[in-house]
Amino acid sequence: MICLKLFWEFLKIGAFTFGGGYAMLPLMRQTVLANRWTTESRIVDFIAVSESTPGPLAVNMSTYIGAQTAGLAGALAATLGVVLPSFLIILLISRSYRKFQASPVVKGAMEGLRPAVVALVAAALLSVAGSVFDVGDLLSRANLASVAVVLIAAFLCYKKKHPILIIAVSALAGMAL
Amino acid sequence: MMEMEKKRGTIGDLFVTFCRIGAFTFGGGYAMIPLIRREVVETKKWLAEEEMFDLIAIAESTPGPLAINAATFVGSRVGGVPGAFSATLGVVLPSFFIILLIAGVLTRVEHFAIVQKAFRGVRAGVLVLIASALVSLFRQLPRRTFTYIALAAAFAAACLAQADSIAILILCALCGIAWNAYEKKKVKK
Repeated sequence: MICLKLFWEFLKIGAFTFGGGYAMLPLMRQTVLANRWTTESRIVDFIAVSESTPGPLAVNMSTYIGAQTAGLAGALAATLGVVLPSFLIILLISRSYRKFQASPVVKGAMEGLRPAVVALVAAALLSVAGSVFDVGDLLSRANLASVAVVLIAAFLCYKKKHPILIIAVSALAGMAL
Repeated sequence: MMEMEKKRGTIGDLFVTFCRIGAFTFGGGYAMIPLIRREVVETKKWLAEEEMFDLIAIAESTPGPLAINAATFVGSRVGGVPGAFSATLGVVLPSFFIILLIAGVLTRVEHFAIVQKAFRGVRAGVLVLIASALVSLFRQLPRRTFTYIALAAAFAAACLAQADSIAILILCALCGIAWNAYEKKKVKK
């Protein structure tokens, strides 16, 4: 039963993620928290793990959340769910994709979807930030350490360093501070 | 007979090639494009250079992870439905097994103080990665009034009203379709 639920929820994530990568974060976050499959900070931890392991981010996240929730069967159900919509849609349009892309409905829908994805990622970023920082005690030691890590990571990011390096440095800084 | 054997060879080849792509690209999404291009256009010659651009455009305008879209597209062009299946399976399998392994290890070590401290640092780092993804998504947006209105409305709905993400996406897509139709009518006049 839980596997069926996992499959269905991740099918929805697969069907409504436009843009790939972090575009799936808002949907994944909402689904996982609504079903109490894991916590907000666990999701963030797992973004780090998904970035540092090979493979598509969405697939990694789905496999992990599925495995955490219902073991191997859960991992299979969630991964199959997130993959199936794109597989079927691409299969359907791969012969006539030029017509698909030229369609005013597809163009119009994308025009509305792209800003929506940006807005959702921005909203997700805010709530993730709320879980990283302790809002009750802004000047706590943990918060100051997190600010230091954010500054270091932002510098590395600005210097166009690889995400894996940014994660590794953040981990080391977390251990040191 | 020869034809069939050749086809079977291609389907196996699709699986192996996409397995390699799945096992050696980190981060997913656009990070995968260079490797996919090298394997699919240069080494295997399954797609022409301009088909690669089509692939990126299609992956952007269809839902789902980019790597899955790319694997299914290339697979189906080269080997029909069996090809699509084998390429998609190939790109998913490495991460599936690696993550299963890591999920097992993580639950065993996550209670150690040092691991918890490391993850506290990592969370702050991930915040920056999400922010940087947000900036690049924002930069790709067309500079139009409609885009900004949709962006503000969707953000307000998500933050203030805590609306369902899928509902927001569907509503914005419908508004986009309506807006596009309205703009076209204006041009015709």
